[in-house]
Amino acid sequence: MQPHKLQSLSTALMSISLFYLVAFLSIFFSLLVIFSKNPIHSVLYLIITFFTFTVHYILLNAQFLAIVNFIVYMGAIMVLFLFVLMLLNLDEDSEPMKSNILKMAGLVAGLCLLITLVGSMKSLHMSDPVILKNPDLGLVKNLGKVLFSEFLLPFEISSILLLTAMVGAVLLAKREPKTA
Amino acid sequence: MESLSNRKKVLEQKPMNFWERLYLPAIFQGMAITFKHMFKKKETIFYPEVEREFSENWRGMHSLKRDEQGRERCTACGLCALSCPAEAITMIAAERQKGEEHLYREEKYAAVYEINMLRCIFCGLCEEACPKEAIYLDGPIVPANYLRKDFIYGKDKLVEDPINIESPVAGN
Amino acid sequence: MELAFVIEKFVLITAIFLLSLTVAAYSTLAERKIAGYLQDRVGPNRAGWGGMFQPLADGLKMFMKEEIIPTDSNRFLFIAGPSLALLTALLGSAVIPWGPDLVLGERTIPLQVADINVGILYIFGIVSLGVYGLMIGGWASNNKFSLMGAVRAASQSISYEIPMGLSLIALLLVTNTLSLREIVGQQHGGNWNILYQPLGFILFLVCSFAETNRTPFDLPECETELVGGYHTEYSGFKMGAFMFAEYVNMFVASAVMSTLYFGGYNYPGMDWVAGIVGPMIAPLIAMAVLLLKIFAFIFFFMWVRWTIPRFRYDQLMNLGWKVLIPLAIANIVITGIVITVYDKL
Repeated sequence: MQPHKLQSLSTALMSISLFYLVAFLSIFFSLLVIFSKNPIHSVLYLIITFFTFTVHYILLNAQFLAIVNFIVYMGAIMVLFLFVLMLLNLDEDSEPMKSNILKMAGLVAGLCLLITLVGSMKSLHMSDPVILKNPDLGLVKNLGKVLFSEFLLPFEISSILLLTAMVGAVLLAKREPKTA
Repeated sequence: MESLSNRKKVLEQKPMNFWERLYLPAIFQGMAITFKHMFKKKETIFYPEVEREFSENWRGMHSLKRDEQGRERCTACGLCALSCPAEAITMIAAERQKGEEHLYREEKYAAVYEINMLRCIFCGLCEEACPKEAIYLDGPIVPANYLRKDFIYGKDKLVEDPINIESPVAGN
Repeated sequence: MELAFVIEKFVLITAIFLLSLTVAAYSTLAERKIAGYLQDRVGPNRAGWGGMFQPLADGLKMFMKEEIIPTDSNRFLFIAGPSLALLTALLGSAVIPWGPDLVLGERTIPLQVADINVGILYIFGIVSLGVYGLMIGGWASNNKFSLMGAVRAASQSISYEIPMGLSLIALLLVTNTLSLREIVGQQHGGNWNILYQPLGFILFLVCSFAETNRTPFDLPECETELVGGYHTEYSGFKMGAFMFAEYVNMFVASAVMSTLYFGGYNYPGMDWVAGIVGPMIAPLIAMAVLLLKIFAFIFFFMWVRWTIPRFRYDQLMNLGWKVLIPLAIANIVITGIVITVYDKL
């Protein structure tokens, strides 16, 4: 019995240390997103941050979510981000004027955020760890079953939301018919 | 307007039918054509081993000719250098000494004769200008080289080999 | 058990890695040879018998060439671009089942690096990452042609991922699983998915041409308009890494297509053959069959390249958005209806 127990303990220790490593990396890279001066570098750090999120999902045994995060966020949305930033040519001399009023507004907004954070930290208390009834919920088959039975209505409504956004984008991109 | 030659073709631009708009038949047709070419006879000539036949009026590398007795024909008159539009030819003349009659036909000969093959345009004007029929562009393709200086051909490369000239003399 | 497992995976990974690189290297020779034969020439034939050592000579040439990094480029990203392109290209082969289980004594060794149960989605994700190397390299070069190439690569890859994903969904309706191992298992013998998804296969084929940036979809490196596209500023082995990435991509795309639609390592009469040669040799024959299918696809890629001219950019977008996506959606609907009706009967 003893060696078996030891082994399970070591695996648990390993997964916890893995979690802390990945968590550290995601915080580190998200800080780099904010602090890097070059917007392209920011986007690249954001991509790495999303990758660490993917690893988090895998650690949580949510394979489908992990791979969707990988494909949609890393593979599609961030490509578009990068695409737009590449064309913008963000140099220092093309930066908008930084007036004092803008700086003051930024200071106020930042302080507000800080106060909110501190306030929420104060009311924070440890809750019981959430235990999933079904640890395999994240697998594709189970997730699909839940999505198409229990959560069918929200699922369909969110698809309509996406459709609305698409129609809106097409409408914006469409050229106005010339009025003669 | 009326076509006089009667060869004018009027192309009709019909709207494409379904199969044409699908493009796939056209793609397969094209691919069949390229696939057929895989089995056709290859046109490649493996150059250093096999050489393409030159045409009769081919102008290649120059050669300085010898006469029937194996003597150099060139008399260093400089007409070739004068006629050369690319300024590729230079030479230094020298007087024939006693005892050199079997080497040079005329009393004056070219001690140094150089053609810069990078300048030469192989027009053949030197050939036409030569009064002694001493220079002909009847050689092969000028080979490639690594250094510019190696393209300046001196008499060592230009003058005809004496060996194959000797034989008719010996026959006499 | 653990050590044996690690060794076995390590050997498998190394073998697949070397296989990918060798196939990619010889693809460059094959490309030139096939181009020659399709144009009534013979292609390179000086280095070794029939040009056998041409890839080595090319590789050596690339290593020896002067590496130029443009002064105003972003140095780190300039180097990261080709590395990323090659990395993402090589990652794809991890989930492909290369053969049935190999039986060595008492051990059964699965000839697949990782059997994750979302295998198809993994490949799809890797494909969508592939464009980053091109984009970063193109942007970091600080050259307008490179930037244009990078922008084209990005928009092309995003546009063609959609019909690719939609054609995969129709395939998944047939297979009912995302695991590549199970998909191959279902196609035992001659029961290949191409029989159920011919339209889906054609869509997937066209999209994989676009995703690997092969002619007629090689607009990111379109010579006539963009000099060299995203790799205009690259030289030496960084340029070679981009080229290699293209050929590795082609290899992986061929492997994926063989696996998804052409039965992977399955071939008609494989049980009969396995009965004759025994469980030791049969997996090797199956692997050879898979490689044969892959080589056939690579030949097809090259054959198309030397036949069909490049699209114009608006034609490319029209084809992607106005033809392939509606066709893919129609394919899903038809497949869904057929499966429902079939189940009811």
